[in-house]
Amino acid sequence: MIAEAGLAALWFAGALALLQVVLAVIGVRRSRSGGGEVLATIRPVAVVQGVLVVLAMLLLIAVFVESDMSVRLVAEDSSAAKPLLYKIAGAWGNHEGSMLLWVTILGLAGAAVALFERRLPKPTLIATLGAQATIALGFYAFLLFSSNPFARLVDAPPDGQGLNPLLQDPGLAFHPPTLYLGYVGISVAFSFAVGAMVTRDVGPAFARAMRPWVLGAWIFLTLGITAGSYWAYYDLGWGGWWFWDPVENASLMPWLAATALLHSVTVLATRDGLRAWTIMLAVVAFSMSMIGTFLVRSGILTSVHAFAIDPKRGAFILALLVIYIGGALALFALRVGTIRQGNTFEPVSREGALVVNNLLLSVILGIVVIGTLYPLVAAAFGTQLSVGHPFFDSTAGPIALVLVAIMGIGPLLRWRRDRASEALRRVAIPAGVAVVTFLAVLLLAPGIHILPLCGLTLAAGAAVASVAPLWRRDLRRTPLFTYGMVVAHLGIAVSLAGMASESAFDQETLVATHIGEIQHVGPYSVTLEGIRPVIGADWSAVEGVLRVQRGDHAPYILAPQSRFFSTPPQATSISAIETVADGQLYTVLGQADDDGRWQLRLWWKPFVTLIWLGGALVAFGGFLSLLGRLLRERRAHRREIEA
Amino acid sequence: MKRLLLWLPLFAFAGLFAVVASGLMRPNDHLVPSQMVGHPLPKFSLPAMVPDKPGLGSATFADGKPRLLNVFASWCIPCMAEAPQLMALKQQGAEIDAVAVRDTPGNIEGFLQRFGDPYARIGDDRQSALQLALGSSGVPETYVIDGHGRIVEQHIGDIRADDVPDILAKLKAAGG
Repeated sequence: MIAEAGLAALWFAGALALLQVVLAVIGVRRSRSGGGEVLATIRPVAVVQGVLVVLAMLLLIAVFVESDMSVRLVAEDSSAAKPLLYKIAGAWGNHEGSMLLWVTILGLAGAAVALFERRLPKPTLIATLGAQATIALGFYAFLLFSSNPFARLVDAPPDGQGLNPLLQDPGLAFHPPTLYLGYVGISVAFSFAVGAMVTRDVGPAFARAMRPWVLGAWIFLTLGITAGSYWAYYDLGWGGWWFWDPVENASLMPWLAATALLHSVTVLATRDGLRAWTIMLAVVAFSMSMIGTFLVRSGILTSVHAFAIDPKRGAFILALLVIYIGGALALFALRVGTIRQGNTFEPVSREGALVVNNLLLSVILGIVVIGTLYPLVAAAFGTQLSVGHPFFDSTAGPIALVLVAIMGIGPLLRWRRDRASEALRRVAIPAGVAVVTFLAVLLLAPGIHILPLCGLTLAAGAAVASVAPLWRRDLRRTPLFTYGMVVAHLGIAVSLAGMASESAFDQETLVATHIGEIQHVGPYSVTLEGIRPVIGADWSAVEGVLRVQRGDHAPYILAPQSRFFSTPPQATSISAIETVADGQLYTVLGQADDDGRWQLRLWWKPFVTLIWLGGALVAFGGFLSLLGRLLRERRAHRREIEA
Repeated sequence: MKRLLLWLPLFAFAGLFAVVASGLMRPNDHLVPSQMVGHPLPKFSLPAMVPDKPGLGSATFADGKPRLLNVFASWCIPCMAEAPQLMALKQQGAEIDAVAVRDTPGNIEGFLQRFGDPYARIGDDRQSALQLALGSSGVPETYVIDGHGRIVEQHIGDIRADDVPDILAKLKAAGG
């Protein structure tokens, strides 16, 4: 019964989305008379739609938890012996369930806008809710007609086929929901843009209304990407933290667009500039999410994330993309010409730096899009190829470095207009730090490759520059969102330092070792002391007991495993990682050979943890900004009421 | 002009749509066959990997005798799985040359001792230069080369027991 109730909830949610679209059309038509009564109806409809789709998601989780094997999805992707956490997370560890999670976030985002958005003019808000429901409607249709998560089997098997072992990790419980909150949450920006284009109302007030929504989605997107990177790093056992896999790119593309949007929306809010550009970015950000979803779900590109591949589903999503992205871009072409042009500004100014930031982010976005889609373009002309990290590193890398430099300089410039000579004086100290770092690194590591060298240099300069806006300011009266910017920019510098350090100083040892033999990697000596069997809930493993010692410090034990899962039968390696202040020791146990030697793969990765620490700082900075903006608004609101 | 510019994003998206839609029509190939099949081997000369076997050069392939060229490495687990099939091929008369990719002499000697040595020559390809020139996308891969040094067949992945007769037949066809 639970599955049927879930399906019913999904149908009702879809029907409400349709109602919401109809109401929005009526509301926009009547907008001359204010549209107040339509807004009073459309708000609860959007909220109930959100509640129903959340209910459907919860019911799907319930079906997984009670291991109802007559539901096809459970039979294919779960098994009764799984720990509870993986039964719950298993609900979205497959195509249908993850699409339901996608739509759930979409419905939730729409409900949140209906509940909390008070600043948008009524007609724009009605059009925004209509746009959000239009998107939701298509994806409800996709779920109900081509990817029903609640479908039953005629004959229920005694047990399920189990979850892909790579996904049986706490990471699965947190990574997809967090990432989707950002990935799909950015749909609000898209709907805002469409709403504003419909009512031709683009200006600072619109930007101020949109900014918290963009920030909120961006925080989750940042967290999701950071967490996903760390998950891939320890779960796949390859020692890499970014693979330029199509799916990773699919989450990076909206992040790049959303980051650009975050900055251009600030220009629109403060200086009423970049109107058309901000609208374009808002459309592009969520379009990138939809294109990413399509690339992953259609299986058109080979990726580690591909679930079941079905061209029919791909065609369905593609049709949705044509309607939504094509529709929004056509609206842009027709309407943006009629929106009054905003302010223009001087090149040496805060706005100028933000425009450069936007251009560079867009170029990187273009590179990632081209690199990701190029195999498809080549295939259209009959060539099979794959584009990997050499392309992305050597194209996006240098531009990203320039971007970090601009990120350091931008906040030190004044709004409107700045004198170049004064600006140079403000940049002098960070630039000096960068030069000293450059020379120091060159002296200590003469053979270092150019990219990591520049990375370390810029990281040091940008770290100093990012805290410089706090210089000589009353720290207690500095607004919270300025702290947010400082922390986020510092996070970028920290992350860059980690990336550069990892790529320059990473050490790897791959050996076949007898028990008792000592191996060396970086500052560590590693001894394989023995091999022991370990049994888990639905797996068994051989575990290597590694005695790890650094210099004269006390030795300790690391235990990487080679694990064999029974449902489905599959072997994976579980890495063991030791995190210390200056980096990580990463160990993977491989196979045994006939002489009783064991394959061991050891990495010493200096300061690699900074990559994710930086990512977390960036998200935290975003959180501070959001909090600062909301608090300031509440105060302003109160003052209004008092007055 | 400005008008046209505003339509540009839509046109770009239409282009993307065309590419993606055509991609969706084609079946998904997971193996990437080399562009070199049907072409002569590239010119190369690799030093010997192990002391008691000669290295490998493109000149040796044009002597009229068809043979197999196996791309392998000691760190590659499918290569270990493939070793018995290579031994079987050798016993049935195939001549097998090898390119050892990104490896060291010590590791290769250990590998040959453990899994058997079906090779006539082994070239040392530390930087994967020849591997890339061959259009090989991974290890192991095995090429059938005819007597004129032309690549007639590429086998991607490890050779399974049921592949052996097929490869022998290809080799025979390449000789005739």
